Amino acid sequence: MTTVATETKTLERDADGHIKNISDWNEQIANALALEEGIPVLTERHWAVINFMRKEFQEKGDAPSIRRLTKESGVETKELYALFPKGPAKKAAKIAGLPKPKGCI
Amino acid sequence: MKKLLILGAGTAGTMMLNKLHGMLDKNEWQITIVDQCETHYYQPGFLFIPFGIYTKKDVVKPKRDFFPSDVDVIISEIDKIEPEQNRVLLKNNVVLTYDYLIIATGAKINPAQTEGMKDGQWHKSIFDFYTIEGACALGNFFKHWKGGKLVVNITEMPIKCPVAPLEFVFLADWYFTERGIRDNVDIHFVTPLPGAFTKPRASSILGDFLNKKNILLTTEFNIARVDNEKKAIVSWDETEIPFDVLVTIPTNMGDEIIARSGMGDELNFVPTDKGTLRSLNYNNVFVLGDATNLPSSKAGSVAHFQADILTENFMNVIEGREPSEKFDGHANCFIESGFGKGILIDFNYETEPLPGKFPLPGVGPFSLLEETKMNHYGKVMFRWMYWNFLLKGLEMPIESHMSMAGKRM
Ligand SMILES: Cc1cc2nc3c(=O)[nH]c(=O)nc-3n(C[C@H](O)[C@H](O)[C@H](O)COP(=O)(O)OP(=O)(O)OC[C@H]3O[C@@H](n4cnc5c(N)ncnc54)[C@H](O)[C@@H]3O)c2cc1C
Repeated sequence: MTTVATETKTLERDADGHIKNISDWNEQIANALALEEGIPVLTERHWAVINFMRKEFQEKGDAPSIRRLTKESGVETKELYALFPKGPAKKAAKIAGLPKPKGCI
Repeated sequence: MKKLLILGAGTAGTMMLNKLHGMLDKNEWQITIVDQCETHYYQPGFLFIPFGIYTKKDVVKPKRDFFPSDVDVIISEIDKIEPEQNRVLLKNNVVLTYDYLIIATGAKINPAQTEGMKDGQWHKSIFDFYTIEGACALGNFFKHWKGGKLVVNITEMPIKCPVAPLEFVFLADWYFTERGIRDNVDIHFVTPLPGAFTKPRASSILGDFLNKKNILLTTEFNIARVDNEKKAIVSWDETEIPFDVLVTIPTNMGDEIIARSGMGDELNFVPTDKGTLRSLNYNNVFVLGDATNLPSSKAGSVAHFQADILTENFMNVIEGREPSEKFDGHANCFIESGFGKGILIDFNYETEPLPGKFPLPGVGPFSLLEETKMNHYGKVMFRWMYWNFLLKGLEMPIESHMSMAGKRM
C-alpha cells in the first residue's frame, strides 16, 4: 500500500487535483486515487464506469458528463451517486486519470 | 445571390444580423432570419419581476424594431436543419436553402427533466424565473406571501447567466427586508456546485456575501426529484430539503430542433470550436450565444463578445481565408446584490474572476468582486445599452477580449 501512496504523491497534478499525464495512470493508481476520494474499494461496478469513461475520453477527447454516463454506460444515475458520492462525473474522471469534464462556468 | 440564413432572433441572432447586414454587399447577399416569436424579451429583466421592480412591459419590445428593412424575416417555428443538404425546414412547410448558416436558437429551461417538478405544484408553490410566465407568476405570489422557507435550487449546470440565482437570493433578502418580514423568511441557496459560484476566488467572496446576508448555503446537492407530498427536494443520495416555496432553475437545454437535426450533445447544445465559433462538423455553419456547447458563460454579454469575433471570422471565410479571430471566453457580469448595490465580475476561459478595478472609458472604473452603488448603476444601465446598442450591433466601449488591466492577482 505504501508504494501506491508514494506513487500518487510523485504524480504531476493539475489545479483540480487530477493527474496531468494520462500515461501515468494504471489500476493501482486508480485504487489510490479512489482512496483520496473516500472510496475504499473499487468494485466491478466502479470499474464499469471508469472503463467507460476512459473509452469515451479516447474517442471524444473529453470526459463524459453525468448525462452521457447515465445514457450510455448502462449505470443508472441513482447508482452512479451511490458508487461515486456527491459528484460522479467529476470523481470518476479523477479516478480514471482524466481531466475534469469541461462542464461550465 | 449568396444566401445567409440566421436561425433565432434573440440576443445573439439579432446582434449578428445587424453586424453582418452592415458589412455584406446588398447586391450579392440575401439575408434571412427566422424566429417563432414576434416579441423580443429582455431576459436579464426577468430577475426583477418577482420583486415588483419591473413588470412585463419593461422587458418586451417587438422584434421588428431591431431588423433592418431589407432583410427577409420569417416568423415560424423551425422544424429541422439538414446540414448535409444545406437546407432548413420550417413548421409552416417552407424550405429554406443556404450557403452559410448561423445557429442562434439559444437555451431554455426544461423542468420536465426532473421527476415531480411539474406534478401539480408548478407555478403554485414551485416557480421558475427564467421565463416571463414564471417570473410574473412568482411576482404575484410574493405580493401576498407571509413568509416561510424559500429554497432556491440550481438543478444542474450549465445554466444561462450562472450568477442570476445568486442575484435572486440577494434581492430576496432586500425585498423581504423592505416588506418588513425578513425575520419570517428563511432563504436557502442550494447548488450542485462545490461553492457559491464555479471558480474559487469568486466563490469564496460571494459565499461571504451569502453569510453576511444571512442566506443559508448548501453545496454539492444534486436534485433527483421533488417530493410534492412532503414539499421537499430530494437529492440522488436521499438528502431532503423541505420548502414552502421552491424557486428552481431547471435543467437548461438547447432547442429540440437541434436534437431533431441530430446536431447536438446530450443537452442539445451544438458542438462548436471554442475559438472560431464554427461548427465542429460543418464548415459553412457557425454557432453563437447560448446554443453552443462552449465552456463559457451563457450570457448576453458573452454573445456580444462572440458576435464581434464571429463577424471577423465570417468575413474571412466568405472571402476564402481561414477564420483568424479567436474567442477567449470573455464574460462580464453585473451581479445585483440588493439595497441599491451591485458586484461586477470579468473573466474568460483561462482567468477566473479576480478582485480589482474594471476600467471603462467614458464611464469610469467599476469595482470587481466588491459591492458598490456604481455596479448597481452598471446593471441598470445594461438594459438601456441592450436595447439601444447591443441588439443593434453598434460599437460599445468594451473590448471583446478580456484585459488584465486593473485586476489584482
Ligand atoms: C433570468 C435571466 C437573467 C439573465 N441575466 C443576464 C445578465 O444580467 N447579463 C447577461 O449578459 N445575460 C443575462 N441572461 C442571459 C441572456 O439573456 C442570454 O444569454 C441571451 O439572451 C442569449 O442569447 P441567444 O440569442 O443565444 O438566445 P435567446 O436570446 O434566448 O434567443 C433564442 C431565439 O431563438 C428562437 N428559437 C429557438 N428555437 C426555435 C425554433 N425551433 N423555431 C424558431 N425559433 C426558435 C427563440 O424564439 C429566441 O428568440 C439572463 C437570462 C435569464 C433567463
